[in-house]
Amino acid sequence: MKLLEELAQSLERGDSQAAADSTRGAIELGLPAQRILDDGLIAGMAVVGRRFKAHEIFLPDVLLAAKAMYAGLALLKPLMIEQAVATQGKVVIGTVQGDLHDIGKNLVGIMLEGAGFEVLDLGTDVAPETFVDTAVREGARIIGLSALLTTTMPVMRKVVEAVEKRGLRPEIRVIVGGAPLSAAYAAEIGASAYCFDGISAVETVREMLGVER
Amino acid sequence: MRGLLDRITGGEVLAGDGAMGTLLMEHGLEPGQCPESFNLERPEVLREVARRYLEAGADIVQTNTFGATPVKLARYGLEDRADEINAQAVQAVRDAVGPRAAYVSGSCGPCGSLLAPYGEADPDVVREAFSRQVRALVGAGVDMLCIETMTDLAEARLAVEAARSVSSSVPLAVTMTFDPTPNGFFTIMGTSIEQAVSGLTDSGADIIGSNCGNGIEKMVEIAGDLRRRSALPLLIQSNAGLPELVGGRVVYPETPERLAEGCERLLDLGVNIIGGCCGTTPEHIAAMRRVVDEGL
Repeated sequence: MKLLEELAQSLERGDSQAAADSTRGAIELGLPAQRILDDGLIAGMAVVGRRFKAHEIFLPDVLLAAKAMYAGLALLKPLMIEQAVATQGKVVIGTVQGDLHDIGKNLVGIMLEGAGFEVLDLGTDVAPETFVDTAVREGARIIGLSALLTTTMPVMRKVVEAVEKRGLRPEIRVIVGGAPLSAAYAAEIGASAYCFDGISAVETVREMLGVER
Repeated sequence: MRGLLDRITGGEVLAGDGAMGTLLMEHGLEPGQCPESFNLERPEVLREVARRYLEAGADIVQTNTFGATPVKLARYGLEDRADEINAQAVQAVRDAVGPRAAYVSGSCGPCGSLLAPYGEADPDVVREAFSRQVRALVGAGVDMLCIETMTDLAEARLAVEAARSVSSSVPLAVTMTFDPTPNGFFTIMGTSIEQAVSGLTDSGADIIGSNCGNGIEKMVEIAGDLRRRSALPLLIQSNAGLPELVGGRVVYPETPERLAEGCERLLDLGVNIIGGCCGTTPEHIAAMRRVVDEGL
């Protein structure tokens, strides 16, 4: 449908005003929230994610696309609740204790939300127990950890240990990412997966939660 | 002592220093602790780090002020002490230099927040933050400024503008961090080498270049690309490779010998100041120093 295509394209252009207008238009037309979400917002972010991964666009483009996505999502949220649109699942994310870097973590959050997941972003410098407490309280089955510094990366192990100590494994899984990380490191600290970037985080979470695309 | 710009335009190659953070950690810097808090509490560590690099042969030693704009210090509640933090860092390096013919370079890193509209940082606030840092550094007597690890050309230009508003004469280097992509080198914010060269040249930088993000192999490629596009003096500070985990410990894999080999190629390209970034040590600087001396 043309209006939803326009919505998707407004995300690709990073045009928040157009995204809000198209979302409002689609709601006024009486389209189901699920469809506006899938064919408009999620479809648009999927293109943005692919082009970012292919180095055709850069961080500023993704951030503007995300702003446009959130502009649409804010209007759609009440309708999603009213129509009981189920999210694809909940994911708790944050940057580990001692680390204030948030660009990579924010990108992962954007990509997950753009793929229809509910993201509980705890911000930066998050204590291990806070991750686990939030996941338990919110019923999230995945905790995503970010670190940019080689010095804060070891804190990830503490989160994995906190999950284990409380007997929450394997119901709650810990996935990790960040510039200095590797799959080998993820395995070494007992994390369930290493995600190279936001897109692979989406793929990993989909697989873990059994979401079909 | 002759002016730094005269010396490099006269054909001399100068050696920079190496990593700061790693050495601060050896002296007890904890994850999550503000590295610049050492300037207030433990200046003797800064003197020791500077001394080690000077003894390794560095002609230029940087101040421990990478994160010392008030905007970034605010994350640690230290913004009100920005002037003191910057001034103390200069004093510590100056004390270590003593009578040596070496230069003190004031390090200015990114403010740590993305500029609007991509992030929340107000350009006027960021410009003022850099002005305040530079005023303190210049006031304390730095011989040059190095605006480094920039990924956003707009922020780099704000920093240069701020620096120039404080001092029109202090030698000013600006270095950006590039990542290799299948389409060439770009910063994470999408600035190409070509755009960096023209934007930084326009802004009034005396020296341009690249630091961080890459090991020596890629840095040589970046230096070549910069040199093809610019006749300005070049500054290159490579990482000692990209961090790897060996037995649970973070290791930067490139040896002093490896950086020394790369250093020869940087000399061939006409790079004017050669130092190190993350993972480089006084040993790396000493090895590069030998290559620079042989090249003379």
